Amino acid sequence: MIAGALTIALGCVSLALVLTLYRLFKGPSAADRILALDTLVINVIALIVLLGILEETMVYFEAALLLAMVGFVGTVAYAKFLLRGDIVE
Amino acid sequence: MAPFVDIIIAALIVLGGAFALIGSWGLARLPNLMARLHGPTKATTLGVGGCLVAAMLYFPTHGMAFSMHELLVTLFLFITAPISANMVAKGYLHERMTAARDGTASEPDLPPAYRMPLPEAASESCGWATFGAPEEAPQPDTTPRR
Repeated sequence: MIAGALTIALGCVSLALVLTLYRLFKGPSAADRILALDTLVINVIALIVLLGILEETMVYFEAALLLAMVGFVGTVAYAKFLLRGDIVE
Repeated sequence: MAPFVDIIIAALIVLGGAFALIGSWGLARLPNLMARLHGPTKATTLGVGGCLVAAMLYFPTHGMAFSMHELLVTLFLFITAPISANMVAKGYLHERMTAARDGTASEPDLPPAYRMPLPEAASESCGWATFGAPEEAPQPDTTPRR
């Protein structure tokens, strides 16, 4: 049962990644692309966690934690560059 | 006991995947950025939270050690999602107002409530972010009274 649920959820998350990529390539403004990158990172975290359940290892959660931190820092840096034209002043 | 927990875990996994899909669908489908912000910040965060809670339940009930990593990731995502949404919205406002000021767009294309005056980029009052508080409130007297 859990294997079937994992198959459905992995399909959903993969489709979500495709939709996010569509917004990343199309997005009219730069803020759209930043938002799409942020969503991409969050979806990849979900994918990694689901793969960790599928393969029954806990190694992937370290990667998920790292990705959560780096994704947040990247989003804030991009937004700050948009706001101020500089990252470290 | 074990089949019951398995049902809960499977339901959480499916719900998490469905919410992640709904959030990204909103990101691709909604008309402008202020509407698009709602999908990823609410639905996708909830979806990832569902997957992580399912992982937290799965590993102790299948003969492996309980770990705090899932809880840490959930906590971190729930704390950072509103902050990054706020930063993206600020960046969008700045982009539109700058385009209207420089004449590349005739109209800011924003509702009137969002049309704030652009602060000077190098001024001290706007700190590290534009579109903060427009005017400094008078500071309360913090010196100890005798």
